Amino acid sequence: MQLTPDDVVVFTLAGWEVNATIVNTWIVMALLVGISMLITRNLRPDVPPNRWRTSLEVIVKLIQGQIEEVTRNSARHVMYFAGTLFLFIALSNLMLVIPGFSPPTSSLSTTAALALSVLAAVPVFGIASGGVGHYLKTFIEPSVIMLPFNIIGEFSKGISLAIRLYGNVMSGAVIAAILLTVAPFFFPVVMDMLGLLTGIIQAYIFAILATVYISSATAEPDSSAVQTQSSPPESKRSTHQEEKS
Amino acid sequence: MTDLAIIAVISIFTAGMTVSFGALGPALGEGRAAAAAIAAIAQQPDAAPTLSRTLFVSLAMIESTAIYCFVVAMILIFANPFWDAMQVAAGG
Repeated sequence: MQLTPDDVVVFTLAGWEVNATIVNTWIVMALLVGISMLITRNLRPDVPPNRWRTSLEVIVKLIQGQIEEVTRNSARHVMYFAGTLFLFIALSNLMLVIPGFSPPTSSLSTTAALALSVLAAVPVFGIASGGVGHYLKTFIEPSVIMLPFNIIGEFSKGISLAIRLYGNVMSGAVIAAILLTVAPFFFPVVMDMLGLLTGIIQAYIFAILATVYISSATAEPDSSAVQTQSSPPESKRSTHQEEKS
Repeated sequence: MTDLAIIAVISIFTAGMTVSFGALGPALGEGRAAAAAIAAIAQQPDAAPTLSRTLFVSLAMIESTAIYCFVVAMILIFANPFWDAMQVAAGG
């Protein structure tokens, strides 16, 4: 039994061993980019939208709505980043039903790379929205005593993102492989169906957590407008805001 | 018992203990979270989409502690570093 597709070497290119993780990542990337390019090839105002283009628009509007609900403002740059994360993870998790294809997210290398990109995106978006001073001020937010804990928390965010996605996808694959030796015909199919559900939820959670991390680092002065909707308008005190992160 | 047998016994026993205790806490926590969310939805059915989305996210975050324990158990059984080191030392 293998825990990770890192160990499967597909071919050797000029001395470099190209393993199954990289090849499967290329396959997922080619599917995403290729299908999107095929659908949006005739993107002109005079061409009526067909069903493929409509389905793409539904997906994009869905992602946009979810992200606007979390960040509570129209953050298009966050949508490009988190939507790409969601589409990549969701497609690679869904492709675990294809026999012989091990999803690239079942390797710790892929999930660690995705988590590192989230960790790098948080200061980039934070500095781009509020400047360096505002971003650095979030590290001493309650008081200066919390500075080391905030720095540790920044790293534990990344570690937990990586291990959560890896553990969920890998546990589905391992349980299916164990059940294949115990009860070969029916139960692995059921566990794979459960794996599809878990994969979509984990992709959603990864993207939502990335959005939450980014939007908590960016400056937003009017974030309390929606939260105090049900209460009377004179209760707009600054102590009334609850930071949900 | 040889050293390899001791390592195998302790690894398998620890893997079982890890999964059992690692599943215990998240199960209790997820039960409490789901009960609270269902009570909130019953009180306020209009907020059901927001509540269920928050419930899914928090369930997955609670569940990730159990997943960490599962990963540790899998490492203990299938990719045990001490076992590999002992086999390398025994094989020469």
